[in-house]
Amino acid sequence: MASQSPLKRTPLNEEHRRLGARMVDFGGWDMPVQYSGVIDEHKTVRTAVGLFDVSHMGELMVSGRGANDFLQKMTTNDVTKIAAGQAQYSALCKEDGCVIDDIIVYRRGMDSFLVCVNASNTTKDEQWLRAHLPSSGVILENESEAYAQIAVQGPKARELVQQIVDINISQLKYYWFAEGKVLGQPSIIARTGYTGELGYELYVPSQGAARIWAALVEAGQKFGGKPCGLGARDTLRLEMGYLLYGNDMDESINALECGLGWVTKFSKGEFIGSKALAAQKEAGLKRQIVGLQMVDKAIARHGYKVFSAAEGGQELGWVTSGTVGPSINLNVGMAYVTPDYSAAGSEIFVEIRGERKAAKVVRKPFYANGTAQL
Amino acid sequence: MSQYPKELQYTKEHEWIRVDGTAGIVGITAFAIEQLGDVVHLDLPKVGAKFKAGESFGTIESTKTVSDLYMPVAGTVAEVNTALTNAPEDITQDPHGKNWLVKVTLEGAPSNLMTADQYQKYIAEASSH
Repeated sequence: MASQSPLKRTPLNEEHRRLGARMVDFGGWDMPVQYSGVIDEHKTVRTAVGLFDVSHMGELMVSGRGANDFLQKMTTNDVTKIAAGQAQYSALCKEDGCVIDDIIVYRRGMDSFLVCVNASNTTKDEQWLRAHLPSSGVILENESEAYAQIAVQGPKARELVQQIVDINISQLKYYWFAEGKVLGQPSIIARTGYTGELGYELYVPSQGAARIWAALVEAGQKFGGKPCGLGARDTLRLEMGYLLYGNDMDESINALECGLGWVTKFSKGEFIGSKALAAQKEAGLKRQIVGLQMVDKAIARHGYKVFSAAEGGQELGWVTSGTVGPSINLNVGMAYVTPDYSAAGSEIFVEIRGERKAAKVVRKPFYANGTAQL
Repeated sequence: MSQYPKELQYTKEHEWIRVDGTAGIVGITAFAIEQLGDVVHLDLPKVGAKFKAGESFGTIESTKTVSDLYMPVAGTVAEVNTALTNAPEDITQDPHGKNWLVKVTLEGAPSNLMTADQYQKYIAEASSH
């Protein structure tokens, strides 16, 4: 089918095609949605190790004198709390506290950072940051094309990654990273991920990425490893209750409503959005994101409405993400509801094709046996 | 050799129907299942529900998406494959046989359906794009 503009391709595009992945248009990128099947790949990550091409993610480099203070002002979390070699989940907010993007900030030095942003927000985030740059000192560079990103996720990830890197990663803790060489290519090896399992995200040069991917696929075989697509990435993150920008949050939702309160640090002083968020916190939230589990046999999907009763009642909000969780055998999801229905155990109803199906509010994560932080 | 049985008729939306007098058996094709990926949920109508030709009679869901199921002919649901709704992942095995979706009592003759050969050409074109 003809599309308006050609899809963007990651440096691993040919590898995916050669390995028989099913490709889809994902936000303007030609990406693998699945290889062997979503459920098979999902279980591979929970029990062995899976490989994901996440090269579509954006990499923004922030450096120069004042970079630390600049990010302290631009992000919700407290960057002074992380040391060189440490990473931090955070967010960019507008003045009204609504979320421009959720990001990971990697501190490479006192005034040197890598900011990993969502693919579809890369240009928007770059423009937002650039518009707020101080008149001198801080340098912002969009290095997204220079980097490919490969996520290696699962209990066997450490053994697999160790085979192709020149540094010892056995002491690398959750949300820390190291700079080393992957098959001779200067890279960032981060112990981060989006699956809930022990895992690494490798920021490697685009030119060398295909060779690194092929080596991981090959070396992964003896650990039961497999290449995986974005379908499994979605079911894995959903079982953990991790948010997905565009589904679970956007520029109409503030950081507290979508559950980013734990990375919103008022104690650090003013930042963009802090006044509005503090006022919201004081006044009480209008809605809150919650985990939901279907009681009736049905799957909640993005956009379905949520009600307080099987008939009549009030409209409480909407489902933001939903799926069957392959490792928990439950139909789960996330939704916005009014605060009076946000407590675990609250009975709610999801309208699915005209019928209201029973569900209940449950705590996240849905899957509790992940190895990410071990 | 075709995996699409000659005795079935097919729709552009990838349902099939086996017609025997006024009795019909409706299912979806191996091609559709392959496209969907892992099937995790089936929503089928109750016995006695009436549908026009081309009307949605239920949904099939994979981990990622929900797709409507369309009735190939006008008819009333006579039986629902509850074994399959209880284990929707089984649909990958024998989707043109024992894993049918609903049996219907036809109201009128089928029209605008494809033969197995026509359907194979149709999906060959669909997948080459």
